Amino acid sequence: MTVVQFLVEVAGTYVATLAFGILINIPRRALNVGGWIGVLGYLLYRFTVLGGGGYVVGNLLGAVAIGVASLQAAKFKKMPMILFNIPAIVPLVPGGQAYQMVKNFALGQNDTAFNYLLQVVMISGAIAFGFLLSEVVNRVQRRVWRHRR
Amino acid sequence: MLREGKDGMSSQKKRDQLILHTALTAGRIMIENGSEIERVEDTMTRIAHNAGAQTSQLFVMITGILMAINGEVGAQIEPVKRRTFDLEKIAVVNDLSRQYADHKIDLQQFSNRLDHLDSVSRYFPFWLQLLAAALVSGPLEVVFRHNLPDFWITCVVGMLGWLVYYLLSKFIQIRFLSEFAAAAAIGVLAVLGVHMGLGNSVDDIIIGSVMPLVPGVPITNSVRDILAGNLVSGPARGVEALVSAAAIGFGIAMILQFM
Repeated sequence: MTVVQFLVEVAGTYVATLAFGILINIPRRALNVGGWIGVLGYLLYRFTVLGGGGYVVGNLLGAVAIGVASLQAAKFKKMPMILFNIPAIVPLVPGGQAYQMVKNFALGQNDTAFNYLLQVVMISGAIAFGFLLSEVVNRVQRRVWRHRR
Repeated sequence: MLREGKDGMSSQKKRDQLILHTALTAGRIMIENGSEIERVEDTMTRIAHNAGAQTSQLFVMITGILMAINGEVGAQIEPVKRRTFDLEKIAVVNDLSRQYADHKIDLQQFSNRLDHLDSVSRYFPFWLQLLAAALVSGPLEVVFRHNLPDFWITCVVGMLGWLVYYLLSKFIQIRFLSEFAAAAAIGVLAVLGVHMGLGNSVDDIIIGSVMPLVPGVPITNSVRDILAGNLVSGPARGVEALVSAAAIGFGIAMILQFM
């Protein structure tokens, strides 16, 4: 991955996350932070894959980062957490694999299609599990804060 | 004397009625616009508590809310008939609830503002939504597929696909059907675009262009609801997301088979 490619990916992820936020009518105040959380999650995924960690672990780490960062943003901005994590998972959605799955099923190549189906299921599961892990982090943090007070 | 007693009771009754009305309206607005169930329960309990109800019992589901407080009035039901994605309303309800907790507004004002919020919807201007659909499609196509030459045609196809989705959801209120039609339109436009030499790869154009249609809200809420233990509403949202994904998939598959 060259530097230019890296910059293009960061810019693309940021713009796409922000634009998706506009489509589901997120308040203006939350758009910018949401965009950067999307970039953070995507970069963690990308570097894990580049470092040889595999796409499942990459999606898992990306989802954990998005979950934890969204809660911090929600605390900081005093806004609901879903304003930040819904647009941020959009760059992690396995759109390419899902498309290849549909295409191969439509063209009757079921073996290839099942291969992609497996990937879609694995990635969606990894994202869901990543959210679960981030929720654990969030609950521990909340408990620690309550004890301190 | 009798009259005095009656008046005293009725003012308490009015107050309880107002508490229930405010909490139920807040809850309904939040579910209608795509909130997760745990947040709705939390907000409604807070409203009742801050309004002085000693206890409140809640049963929140994705299709309706049941709420009771121990006062003069019985439990009330609020059905949830439609579901859209308008996260700004959730943020506003959240904000109003915080203001009420800080005693910046009273219960009557809170209730009036909720009713007002319910009747108006303040979306971004239409041209900005179109631009946003284009800017979801194009950049994600480049990020996913590294196909820079197809950036422009993907923006255009994604925007037109979203336009089809938007117009159809306005006139026929079945979201899955609009998604199906939008996906089919995207397929046709992508194939035509490549035929006319405006793009190189049908696959890349379609992958980018369907991204604005991705059911992000149901996916996220489904996971969060299931994790929070709402085993009825979570899977229901999951089914919503799955049917949306299937509608988009069928739309694309149909075009790929015919063209």
